[in-house]
Amino acid sequence: MYDVSIIGAGVVGCAIARELSKYNLKVVVIEKDSDVSNGTSKANSGIVHGGYDAAPGTLKAKLCVKGNQMFKELDSELKFGYNKCGSYVLAFDEEDHREILKLYEKGLKNGVQNMSIVNKSFILANEPNINPEVYSALFCGNSGVISPFEFTVALAENAADNGVEFLLETPVTGIEEIDGHYVIKCNDKKIRTKYVINSAGLFSDEIAKMAGMEDYKITPRKGEYLLFDKDIGGLVNSVLFQTPKEGSKGTLVTPTYHGNLMIGPNAKYVYDKEDMLTTKEGLKEVSDNAKKSVPKIDMGKVITQFAGLRSSMEQYDFIIEETKKGFVNLIGIDSPGLTSSPAIALEVMEILDRSGLELSEKKNHISYRTPYIRMDHMTNEEINELIAQDGSFGKIVCRCESITEGEILDVLQRSIPVKTVDAIKRRARATMGRCQGGFCTPKVMDIMCRELGMEMTEINKSEKGSYILSGKTQKAEGGSEQWSMIL
Amino acid sequence: MVYDLIVVGGGPAGLAAALKAYDEGVKDILIIERDYVLGGILNQCIHNGFGLHKFKEELTGPEYSEKYIERLKDTTIKVKTETMVLKVTEDREVHTLNEKDGFQVIKAKSLILAMGCRERTRGAINIAGARPSGVFTAGTAQRFINLEGYMPGKEVVILGSGDIGLIMARRMTLEGAKVKCVLELMPYSNGLTRNIVQCLDDYDIPLRLSHTVVSVHGDKRLEGITVAKVDESLQIVEGTQEHISCDTLLLSVGLIPENELSNVCNIEIDKITKGPVVSDTRETSKKGIFACGNVLHVHDLVDYVSEEAEIAAIGAARFIKNTVSEQKSVTTKGQNGVTYVVPQKLGITDEDKTVKMYLRVNKVYDNSKIKVTAGGVEIASKKYDRLIPGEMASINLKKSKLKGIDIEEVVFEVEGA
Repeated sequence: MYDVSIIGAGVVGCAIARELSKYNLKVVVIEKDSDVSNGTSKANSGIVHGGYDAAPGTLKAKLCVKGNQMFKELDSELKFGYNKCGSYVLAFDEEDHREILKLYEKGLKNGVQNMSIVNKSFILANEPNINPEVYSALFCGNSGVISPFEFTVALAENAADNGVEFLLETPVTGIEEIDGHYVIKCNDKKIRTKYVINSAGLFSDEIAKMAGMEDYKITPRKGEYLLFDKDIGGLVNSVLFQTPKEGSKGTLVTPTYHGNLMIGPNAKYVYDKEDMLTTKEGLKEVSDNAKKSVPKIDMGKVITQFAGLRSSMEQYDFIIEETKKGFVNLIGIDSPGLTSSPAIALEVMEILDRSGLELSEKKNHISYRTPYIRMDHMTNEEINELIAQDGSFGKIVCRCESITEGEILDVLQRSIPVKTVDAIKRRARATMGRCQGGFCTPKVMDIMCRELGMEMTEINKSEKGSYILSGKTQKAEGGSEQWSMIL
Repeated sequence: MVYDLIVVGGGPAGLAAALKAYDEGVKDILIIERDYVLGGILNQCIHNGFGLHKFKEELTGPEYSEKYIERLKDTTIKVKTETMVLKVTEDREVHTLNEKDGFQVIKAKSLILAMGCRERTRGAINIAGARPSGVFTAGTAQRFINLEGYMPGKEVVILGSGDIGLIMARRMTLEGAKVKCVLELMPYSNGLTRNIVQCLDDYDIPLRLSHTVVSVHGDKRLEGITVAKVDESLQIVEGTQEHISCDTLLLSVGLIPENELSNVCNIEIDKITKGPVVSDTRETSKKGIFACGNVLHVHDLVDYVSEEAEIAAIGAARFIKNTVSEQKSVTTKGQNGVTYVVPQKLGITDEDKTVKMYLRVNKVYDNSKIKVTAGGVEIASKKYDRLIPGEMASINLKKSKLKGIDIEEVVFEVEGA
């Protein structure tokens, strides 16, 4: 019998798993996909928000501000990479200016520090590529950027290192309440547990329904993004928001943690929880809007486009509650969910404590995680020492991001199993660069075959069915010699 | 560690450059190659058609590069494979990384950049829709088939009728895949005519001009695409959308010179060619640093790559031997139908030298003429039966014609365009 079962290995589930791993508890995380951080947590803006935007008095306001303050320490423990680069909400006229003054007031009410209203010359001195028609801005020094999947993976790995079990590719098919505990059915597997944490994101309403709670309805809101070559990553130094107008938060322009430029998202309600389609109209909307903030963005430098779904509800605020004895629901965790996630985890710990879960601290808990080896952060001497120990750090696999074989082997040896090309991409960044894996995908697959004992044709890009190769060529199969002569 | 010459890249351009420099008397040469073998992209080009101009015979890609690699054995040229160049500096320092030597800084009296190019991706052309597996650049698919022995898929649509796309249409057909069609955004193909005949017509693969992919479908593996017709301004014609089921989409939508090293070195880049701005010796804006092959501008025939590499090698050899005299130069410019001209600069010397100028046009021209003028005076011209964007054209220019004309710019244009 597990003490706690967490359904969903997104950032919220993994943050909770990591908190629970500090105590003497038997904890399992159940995830339908092949990797953690595979839903909303993989495709979002990657912003650690200041917290001035959320409505005062709400959980969103409280947890966003609290979460924001936790990132520095979290990064020192988990080393996922956090760049507290600051943010601007840009105002382009007096009307916008009045709006950012309101945001500033809201921020004060929410307890946000490090905010100021700045004028045009200050903005252009710090961000020379912003549209010179800018009027003023709300600057927040507490905002920053992270790689959302690296953060989630770091939480998960640290939780796993401290004994939390992760069941990947394990979709939940039913939940029963028997004799004061729960039985979670995952096809033919049954997981008995005292507590259930429903952090299933987009599917949290369906999970709640399985346990007899029918009152929730997630209405996914899609956001489309464009990611640019690192060549133009230096165009902006901080996160640039636009003044929110009725119903629209505007489009943001931001550097990513790894130095790309990213723009997006728009917001569109969709009916299908798998609808990650980008649209021509959506991408145009995003690029047109972003150019209002930074006219110089060169659309020829786009390296990829993607869409993510926010698990929104009609209700504005997060739902974080023990709806039924032993069943904690986390529903409607949309923006600022990423920023709030560490604070949400603490909120859940309080709920579990109040509910009677015995929390005794583990003696041998390790709060630190060995970071991935990142050679781009090393001096030449350090690189040479590393290569002297292990030559695989001298073999570049991904030329665009300068990722070596050694760095890929490193991510394969962690506590959360890595089984797909995308899982390697999100951890080691191989295939993430400007050629989008054109050159290195075959090499990455060769390494997977060798290290994981897989066949080339077994390797998936991400989920089951996303195979990359359909079979061997006729010649490789020992087929027609005649054709090889023609060619 | 100091070499006379370092060549960055051991593909066709780098090989030809190193050997030519050797012949010109430079004996202390290092070729740095990131792959584990020399030959570059030619290794996966197992079809024939290479070398018709250079060697007057039809060779496969590996056979073509083998001609050069064989010759290396009889020279003192050194080669480092599986070595990545991380950075090149203005004072000709090359920062490298490999398994054996770790991180190293190697100096050279002269450098030849021959890093080649990469394929444009789906992201670069902004195709909307889902992001399943099964969407490949044509070159990646070619590598899987020809070097790894694996098939990317069974039902294929190819976007882009550039040469790699055409070659892959045939290759996949011969391997038993069904190639449903090749789509081309433009009203003409960018591939060589002989490839359209030999790769599509011979196998009854339809080429659909003025068509593009509007959207990609499939959650996991590609299930199909929506295609549509485009008008003259390349905008989608509403109502012409059509679904084609397929498990594989190959993209052959253009090549981009790989100038990340040049950028870090602050070498001036031509906005059109996306390669360095060079003089007729193929010297870049940085002294002693030369460039050739697809890193300079994308070529359609490897034969021309070799030819250009030899020009760069002669330039580098003369630079090393310090026999270059400071010279005034004029700028070349394409207009009225000529999209670009390489070299972008012409040195004015006392030598009476003929310079072969390479150029591309913006659309198809039949029975036309390229006219070269300096200060309004025609200094060269050449007639062509057909000029098409997919085939690079060349024209010879006598430098002596520039003498005495007080100009800064030589203009290339299609007469009557």
